[in-house]
Amino acid sequence: MNTFEYIERFIEDGVGVIQLNRPRQLNALNRKMIREIVTALEQFDQNDEVVSILVTGKGRAFSAGADIDEMAENNSIQMELLNQFADWDRISLIKKPMIGAVKGFVFGGGFELALSLDILIAAIGTQFSFPEVQLGVMPGAGGTQRLTKIVGRAKALEWVWTGDRIPAEMALGYGIINRIVSEELLMEESMKFAKRLAKQPPLSLRLIKDSINKAVDYSLYEGMQYERKNFYLLFSSQDQKEGMQAFIEKRKAEFRGR
Amino acid sequence: MYETIQYLVVDGVATIELSRPDKLNAFNRTMIAEITAAVKEAGKDNNVRCLMFTGAGRGFSSGQDLADVDENMDHGQVLREQYGPMMKSIMNLEKPVVAAVNGVAAGAGFSLALACDFRLASEKSSYINAFINIGLIPDSGNLYFLQNLVGYAKAVEISVLGEKISAEKAKELGLVTKVIGTENWEEEVSQFTGYLAKLPTKAIGLIKRNLKHADTLSFEEFLEVEAQGQRIAGLTKDHQEGVQAFIEKRKPVFMGN
Repeated sequence: MNTFEYIERFIEDGVGVIQLNRPRQLNALNRKMIREIVTALEQFDQNDEVVSILVTGKGRAFSAGADIDEMAENNSIQMELLNQFADWDRISLIKKPMIGAVKGFVFGGGFELALSLDILIAAIGTQFSFPEVQLGVMPGAGGTQRLTKIVGRAKALEWVWTGDRIPAEMALGYGIINRIVSEELLMEESMKFAKRLAKQPPLSLRLIKDSINKAVDYSLYEGMQYERKNFYLLFSSQDQKEGMQAFIEKRKAEFRGR
Repeated sequence: MYETIQYLVVDGVATIELSRPDKLNAFNRTMIAEITAAVKEAGKDNNVRCLMFTGAGRGFSSGQDLADVDENMDHGQVLREQYGPMMKSIMNLEKPVVAAVNGVAAGAGFSLALACDFRLASEKSSYINAFINIGLIPDSGNLYFLQNLVGYAKAVEISVLGEKISAEKAKELGLVTKVIGTENWEEEVSQFTGYLAKLPTKAIGLIKRNLKHADTLSFEEFLEVEAQGQRIAGLTKDHQEGVQAFIEKRKPVFMGN
């Protein structure tokens, strides 16, 4: 594994953990950091030891946003040529379940990173926000699209126009996050959930994610055709044979991800 | 350093003394900001294991300084920007909070006392939801706290009739924890706060956190919050110490973590 400057990672019981590690900058995301996160995600995605992935931040905040200094002087053409969001696009290609354990500030690019993950567990007191509007810009890494698909047009407009902070309870109510836990237990509870997923049949996990993501973009008819193909596909797996055999024999199945 | 309050930490007890005695410790913008800052300071300071409010001079607090109220005032905005954040800072403090009510607690001064976990009442103290007398409604969380403490019927009486409540009457209503005579006032208050400062502080914080949830969560959700709270408490040194002291048949010495 290569060494990373802005993140740390380790593997525990089938869970690949990525920790944003710029706590003094409240884990502000710079371009190199994003590249490191994406690289680590891709490596975990290819690593047989890893079934689920947990992304979290060291220090008080998950991430207070993008590194503003880095882009303040850029012009449009430089941005187009740099094509920095191509790195972000690769997050959507990760097949394994990604869980975000978030706390404190989840702002701007940090919010977009969180929305790029599959499951979000937030500590009590976590706040989400898109403050880009205060800087004369707007979200650029999927914020307006992903948030709108979750909460609908009216609330998305309100929140992205005002930059207002969304408290965890409200985020839960709108389906932005999955659960709220006490901050002291954020890692413990998130790891518990990630490890629980890591015991599920990995091929089912990835094709479930693949199918559910299609439900967001496809028509119902297309989505159902797509789902069916994935359902059939699993009948080529050893885990399907094992799972159904174990059910018939009334024993616990042992899944191998094959 | 603060202008309108005295902030002092002694033996684990932080005291915020409202110090505008010539105005019966009425709130102005500075005092509200200073209280908010001091509460946050007490929250961050690991040496602080109990917070106490009291008033300098003969009053606890007479509420908003009416000298600052004019026809241009947007009352809602004052609450959102000043009183609201002050009350939230108190509600968010996961340490025991005591109001040592030395004299009159009126209007927002009454609200401040209600926001605390315990109210020690000097026999000279009195309580009045004065808002109605100037055509306003109780604010700074007042009705939220009041209904929880005394129920709807009494909350309406206290708020609509706006009558002065004596310390004894307040005790009867369940508004205050105990009434203390003037001769023992300081001694008993410091005994009470000193006792709180030696308890397992983390567990107290978790008790407060869970009580806040009791109103809003379903029973099933509450049981999950409770399980998380007990897990956190179970990891504290104070829990270990408590069990160890019990086995060794001695008094536990809690450090607050």
